[in-house]
Amino acid sequence: MPELVAGLMAGALILYALLGGADYGGGVWDLLATGPRAREQRRLIADAIAPVWEANHVWLILVLVVLFTAFPPAFAAIGTALHIPLTLMLIGVVLRGTAFTFRHYDDQHDQVQRRWGLVFSIASIITPILLGVAVGAVVSGNIRSPEAGGSFVLPWLAPFPFAVGLLALALFAFLAAVFLTVEAHERELANDFRLRAIWAGVAVFLTAGLALLLARRGAPMIWEHLLTGRWAVPLQVATALAAIGAFAALWIRRFRLARVLAAAQVSLILAGWATAQFPWLVVPEHTIRSAAAPDSVLQPLLVALGLGALVLAPSIYYLMRVFKGRGQRSTVNGRP
Amino acid sequence: MPDLLAARSQMAVSLIFHIVFAAIGIAMPLLMVIAEWRWQRTGDEGYLTLAKRWGRGTAILFAVGAVSGTVLSFELGLLWPRFMGYAGAIIGMPFSLEGFAFFTEAVFLGVYLYGWGKVSPRAHLLSGVAVAVSGMLSGIFVVIANAWMNTPAGFTLVNGVPTDIRPFAAMANPHAFPQTLHMTLAAYAATGFAVAGIHALFLRRDPNNGFHRKACGIALAVGAVTAVLQPLSGDIMAKAVARNQPVKLAAFEGHFETRRGAPLHIGGWPDEGAGVTRWALEVPRGLSLLAFNDPDAEVRGLNDFPRENWPPVAIVHLAFQLMVACGTVMALVGLWSVWRRWRYRSGWPSSRRFLLAVAVAAPLGFIAIEAGWIVTEVGRQPWIIYGIMRTREAVTPMPGLIVPFLTFTVLYLLLGGMTAWLIWRQVIASPSGTYHA
Ligand code: HDD
Ligand code: HEM
Ligand code: HEM
Repeated sequence: MPELVAGLMAGALILYALLGGADYGGGVWDLLATGPRAREQRRLIADAIAPVWEANHVWLILVLVVLFTAFPPAFAAIGTALHIPLTLMLIGVVLRGTAFTFRHYDDQHDQVQRRWGLVFSIASIITPILLGVAVGAVVSGNIRSPEAGGSFVLPWLAPFPFAVGLLALALFAFLAAVFLTVEAHERELANDFRLRAIWAGVAVFLTAGLALLLARRGAPMIWEHLLTGRWAVPLQVATALAAIGAFAALWIRRFRLARVLAAAQVSLILAGWATAQFPWLVVPEHTIRSAAAPDSVLQPLLVALGLGALVLAPSIYYLMRVFKGRGQRSTVNGRP
Repeated sequence: MPDLLAARSQMAVSLIFHIVFAAIGIAMPLLMVIAEWRWQRTGDEGYLTLAKRWGRGTAILFAVGAVSGTVLSFELGLLWPRFMGYAGAIIGMPFSLEGFAFFTEAVFLGVYLYGWGKVSPRAHLLSGVAVAVSGMLSGIFVVIANAWMNTPAGFTLVNGVPTDIRPFAAMANPHAFPQTLHMTLAAYAATGFAVAGIHALFLRRDPNNGFHRKACGIALAVGAVTAVLQPLSGDIMAKAVARNQPVKLAAFEGHFETRRGAPLHIGGWPDEGAGVTRWALEVPRGLSLLAFNDPDAEVRGLNDFPRENWPPVAIVHLAFQLMVACGTVMALVGLWSVWRRWRYRSGWPSSRRFLLAVAVAAPLGFIAIEAGWIVTEVGRQPWIIYGIMRTREAVTPMPGLIVPFLTFTVLYLLLGGMTAWLIWRQVIASPSGTYHA
């Protein structure tokens, strides 16, 4: 049963990366908006994010809540050892969300708007990096309890976690660019994001390579599992196929197909990481089993998650159909 | 500043900030939905303008509520890892349910705010109802978790380790009902009065403005009814505290000596050193009557408990007095509104004196909410889980906690200022003319 809960948690994290991640990626492209259509690019990004970012953000909260309900000691260990990067990430979360909303609702003076936009996009870059740093530190195998002489700095202030941070940033930017090709209704705008998607795809490839390279010393256990685990080869082949497919689809402008393949690629990367980490939750002190709450907690939790999903799935489907469905034109005047 | 104090202060700042937006997030959707429903019923465009205007305010405040809530969820682990390691499994259930309530709230708020004209009017109104209901549920679920900290239940302690955990029994702890009732009413009362008070100020300047009249009417209807009920729910709450947390009750009241027929202290300053409460107005037998429904009941005083288990008495006493004072004024203004409404029908807001009273009462609900939470939380000290785990045992070993404390304090001060300014410009000001929907 603990494995089932951990699997659901990984699933929720993947959904956060796909949905919430793309919202962060939008912030990256907001900062990098250039060329004759910079304004249109920014508007497209804002319209794509506005109705959905709060719902997408809740996936992170769900992951956190399931973590502390089902695996309390792991939550305590992470909260203790990663106090600094997580606190910095929270500041990013606060600034990203509020700056975005303030920009949206404030008067349209360019001066003020640009200032909010800058805060929004910089926070959108820093937050995913820190999220990746935290994940990298969790798998690095360097987190020890304070009783065992654990440090508050060493587990995360290292090359490998930062490589994971860059990878997270590249993944989110890639997802956002691919999704935006579908959302754009003007051909030139779609082209802008097609090009950006291709570049971001290259960045994903490079940062993933870097992380893998550094994993050898920075996270030896993961490195080994990634190469030799039972699921390692099939997952990596699948990831590679999805990546190639996504590139090809972008190339021939089949944007809807590219969206599916890019999502598959990112999910597979995360799934590969999750299987490589199995059975550890926080390497090397907490495994899924050693950290798990008793079944009398997990059972009702699973029931609650099931019932919650029954309410949630149709609601989210409805949200996406209203705002992301076929033939949905981006709103013209922006503010409601 | 010692790390424990810094951690407590950071938690306090984060919650004091979050609760404002949370209370608004619970109540504002209801006001919004009432306005939209009135529009659909009467076809009066003024109600539509109101619903849109309030929706815009809710969008801004909701975003701040969502990010500050995220900060809190992390802070449980960042500041109190040992508490979460101990209690996470027991109180995770209400937090998980809350997670789903957040989802439905955020999803339907998205539909509500950006779906004007994209979904049918009926679906739009129903989305608003979904936001209002799930907002209320999110509040209820977190407060249940907090109630558990006051009256832990649903597990058996074996050698200091909680075993035989029953998550639903933990949710059904003795303070769950009184606290959720009291807090839910508080959210509607505080938000209703705050909104009504702002529009009452405009009405004093411009008595015939239909927009402000409609706004004030809806907000006051919600605020008045709940404010009148609030002292009753507070009484239920106080009786539960008297049963389950006698030290806390004694601290509320600045009551030092155990005695039968204990008096109620109104105001005054509890002197912990001397063990007396000075300068208070005493209502003979009042405390025994209020706490136990019996003027001769014995009420245990602080001196019955070891000194190390006392909460900071003066803070708790003063905060409690402040909350009750605010609650009394609000209930009186609430009664006055109900009476005027019944007596004058639609002419009810015409009296300038009445509008002044509503405006003066505007901030009281939020002051009472903050004071009430200080009573609850400071009154629970030195325990994080009452009678089971001390706050100092729960804090993170991380050194230098003053840095994040100061950082979040500055961040929240800036954010609070920006939010107030934006709400002023985008929602409250420019009632006519420049409005563009
Ligand atoms: C479910 C959890 C929960 C909820 C709903 C609240 N609190 Fe709390 N609060 C805590 C969980 C908590 C905590 C993490 O457990 C703390 C840290 C130390 C302690 O005893 O409790 C705490 C401490 C704490 C303190 C410091 C008390 C002291 O150490 O003297 C204050 C002033 C508040 N809180 C204020 C609030 C406010 C204004 C709330 C309204 C939103 C609130 N709390 C709700
Ligand atoms: C330790 C205490 C608390 C934690 C961990 C917490 C957590 C959160 C989180 C994570 C969110 C964001 C949800 C989203 O993204 O939409 C949130 C929002 C919210 N919280 Fe809290 N919260 C706490 C205290 C409270 C209290 C005391 C109340 C009310 C009684 C409350 C009521 C709400 C409501 C209604 C929202 C919806 C957002 C809004 O309208 O602003 N919360 N909270
Ligand atoms: C005048 C009558 C009132 C009485 C007798 C009263 C009583 C109480 C009591 C005894 C507590 C302590 C609960 C504990 O220790 O756990 C409390 C807490 C609280 N009060 Fe009041 N109260 C009154 C009015 C109000 C009003 C008008 C508001 C806000 C609009 C309010 C908001 C709160 C809040 C937010 C809490 C903390 C949350 C909780 O414990 O549920 N109260 N109140």
